[in-house]
Amino acid sequence: MRKKKIISFVILILVIVTLALLLQKLLMPKYMTKIVEGALIAEYYDEKNKNHDVIFIGDCEVYENLSPITLWEEYGITSYIRGSAQQLIWHSYYILEDTLKYEKPDVVVFSVLSMMYDTPQKEAYNRMSIDGLPLSLTKMKLAKASMLPEEDLITYIFPLLRFHSRWNELSEEDFKYWFKKDQIAHNGYLMRVDVKPASSFPKPRKLADYKFGDICYEYLDKIVKLCKDNDIELVLLKAPSLYPHWYEEWDSQIVDYAEKNGLLYINMLNHLDEIGLDFNTDTYDAGLHLNLSGAEKSSVFLGRILQTEFNLSDKRQDKYLKAVWKEKADAYYEMEADQYRELEEYGYLLKFNMKRSEENNQ
Amino acid sequence: MLFTSYGFILFLCVVIGLYYIIPKRFQWQLLLISSFVFYYFSGWSNLIYILVTIVSTYFIGMKLGNLNKQQNLYLKENKETLSREEKKAYKERIKAKRWRWLLFCLFFNLGILAVIKYTNFAIANINNIFTLFKMNELSFVNLIQPMGISFYTFKTMGYIIDVYRVKYEPERNIGKLALFVSFFPQLIQGPISRFDDLSLSLFKEHDFNAKSFSFGFQRVLWGYFKKLVIADRIVVAVLEITRNPETYDGIFVLVGMVFYAIQLYADFTGGIDITIGIAQMLGIEVKENFNRPYFSKSIVEYWRRWHITMGTWFRDYIFYPLSVCKPMLNISKSSRKRFGEQIGKKVPVYLSTMTVWFTTGLWHGASWNFVVWGLLNGFVILVSQEFEPLYAKFHQRFNVRDTFGFRLFQVIRTFLLMSSLRILDCYRDVGISFRMFGSMFTKFNINEMLTGSLLKLGLDISDYIVLLIGVIVLISISLIQRSGSVREKISGKPAIIRYTVYVLLLFSIVIFGAYGIGFDSNQFIYNQF
Repeated sequence: MRKKKIISFVILILVIVTLALLLQKLLMPKYMTKIVEGALIAEYYDEKNKNHDVIFIGDCEVYENLSPITLWEEYGITSYIRGSAQQLIWHSYYILEDTLKYEKPDVVVFSVLSMMYDTPQKEAYNRMSIDGLPLSLTKMKLAKASMLPEEDLITYIFPLLRFHSRWNELSEEDFKYWFKKDQIAHNGYLMRVDVKPASSFPKPRKLADYKFGDICYEYLDKIVKLCKDNDIELVLLKAPSLYPHWYEEWDSQIVDYAEKNGLLYINMLNHLDEIGLDFNTDTYDAGLHLNLSGAEKSSVFLGRILQTEFNLSDKRQDKYLKAVWKEKADAYYEMEADQYRELEEYGYLLKFNMKRSEENNQ
Repeated sequence: MLFTSYGFILFLCVVIGLYYIIPKRFQWQLLLISSFVFYYFSGWSNLIYILVTIVSTYFIGMKLGNLNKQQNLYLKENKETLSREEKKAYKERIKAKRWRWLLFCLFFNLGILAVIKYTNFAIANINNIFTLFKMNELSFVNLIQPMGISFYTFKTMGYIIDVYRVKYEPERNIGKLALFVSFFPQLIQGPISRFDDLSLSLFKEHDFNAKSFSFGFQRVLWGYFKKLVIADRIVVAVLEITRNPETYDGIFVLVGMVFYAIQLYADFTGGIDITIGIAQMLGIEVKENFNRPYFSKSIVEYWRRWHITMGTWFRDYIFYPLSVCKPMLNISKSSRKRFGEQIGKKVPVYLSTMTVWFTTGLWHGASWNFVVWGLLNGFVILVSQEFEPLYAKFHQRFNVRDTFGFRLFQVIRTFLLMSSLRILDCYRDVGISFRMFGSMFTKFNINEMLTGSLLKLGLDISDYIVLLIGVIVLISISLIQRSGSVREKISGKPAIIRYTVYVLLLFSIVIFGAYGIGFDSNQFIYNQF
């Protein structure tokens, strides 16, 4: 009798856990359309070949402006972009810490734009940067460092407690991607082939204080230390986006920091001509982010520097890697072709303009 | 620490885990430490107030007990030598001493409560008078009300009066008394337990009992269901209606009134379910505070079934003593002389009833809304008692039988009457409350209900569906309860049915609960009293 009771209790617990996991999977946002950036962090963990020469960490400045496929095809450099929407510096630090559990790259490239934020901005961005990480102490430390006052740590352990209220907004997408998601990015690069020429930006407003926050420096120091401890070269990067405005005062702080710490700092805004960027054709949102052609040009420029500065070997002759990257390149070109096809047919990209496509369907 | 916070759930898991791991003789000490830790989270300065109450109650209780012992010993030792008059005189002396100690304890502790809770209310009223005479207004004082002060003060006052009445011996262990006062599950919203009811199971050593634990856990879940799925969802519409009386009058007042009745019931009984459930998980018995009050057929019955421990507290410690105190007996005497036997004997009852209801109103909150609410309750009770013979005649004359339909009418009538009185609980002042109540009969805007107005109150159609199902479940459970414990009934079913019920209950809270980001975390309504 006692044994029977224990067995039935264990079964009850198993049923509860299974149901909770299933419901959690169903109710969590899938980020497969519209706000696809939310899917980027998790995709890394599905990657079979976690052995890269270069790891990029940062916000949209890396995942929209650089293409690992180009780096491979041009220089035989293997790379992965660990970026997500408005990934703040503490996000980047812990995501790097987590990445180093899986691999030891030769070079880490950190996008410095996030130095402008010294406080958590929005819960939605926290979720996009954190939820994709597997449960670990690093994830907990990251959540603790990132949370807004209204957030609870436990919701990062059991996201069901955060997303339970989505039950009344479940859509077809939630059921379609319940168990398996599409691949959104190409080694972390989020492709956009559409074009929206850069127009004029509002005149940058004067800031009361240009000094980066202490907390940002604290995390930058931590990133430097983490790389040093793991014998990794760290590069500081400012991607060639025209907006948000990158102030001279910010730039000089990074120049000083890089000098003091013996780091390479590349401000791509200073090399726009050399890169060959044309903001009439190389951006999809008027200069905030680059499109595919812009990202490929940037990658050609950056790849050359990385290869020369850090003697990264050309691995294109490696049979195994060749096969792996061919598969990746095929997917990349297939998506490129699909996006051009969509542009031709609809005039916009379906995935990124769900509202418009829904309106057109009605 | 709110019952609905993740922190509390974690705290509870740790306490319950430790409770059954440590040697049983330390169980009550663990509960005492846990209660103080729980209280500490409401602000360390609050600890001072509760400690002062505990210490003063303990020492005065001991003093009362010792005086009583001293009297018994003296009388026993001098049984042969003392005359009857001497014995009587000695008893009177001790009684007077004990009375003074009791009064000191009552004034001291109720004084703390009064100063903290009612100072600003008094200042506001004094300022109203000052304004009339164009005098300078007094400034308000910044006093933070310690969590649960009304509840623990009433518990200690009940204890000290019982010790005075020699109902039981004073508790000699200050730690045990401290646990009785601060027992964390019932610290913030009751029930207002009596020492003799709670102490036995509170200080006893408890073995883990799977059935008791499981029943307690089910009760906790049921409490969370009421609070999170129903109360914290419907509160959005209640606040929208009651905070905007200019926009929402007429039929909306009726809607708000009914919604508030649902919210208050789900909130308060939900909180008590959690309290009693936690106690049961620890093997401790806490008295019930509700007995399906919305099924009451009269207001008197309603108050016997709603917030039972508060009602009985006021009855035993205010109504009865007040009814038989000397001044009241004098009033009774003179009123009989003046108005005759029939009316004269009712005067003390009227006075005691209205005093009790005035105090009840004031206990609920420092505002005229509550005072008027309390007095109206007393008034309605007295009127309905006076009209009882008239009702009986009417029923006889028109052959009104005690059918299901008539009983249903009585239940609905009582529900609407109590909900109407509670309007005073919702609006910001007495004037608006009466105006809004009046608008139900003067403004006929029922057509607005047909134009989707309910969907503009902050709830969408899915919320209303959840609420509707939640309320149906609530009523069904109450109906089933009439023939015995629902948990007992479920436990008799096959495992598959039992487990399905548990799983459904658990996931309905997790999924449909109004908690987390996007929902305001709402305190239990009775936490503020």
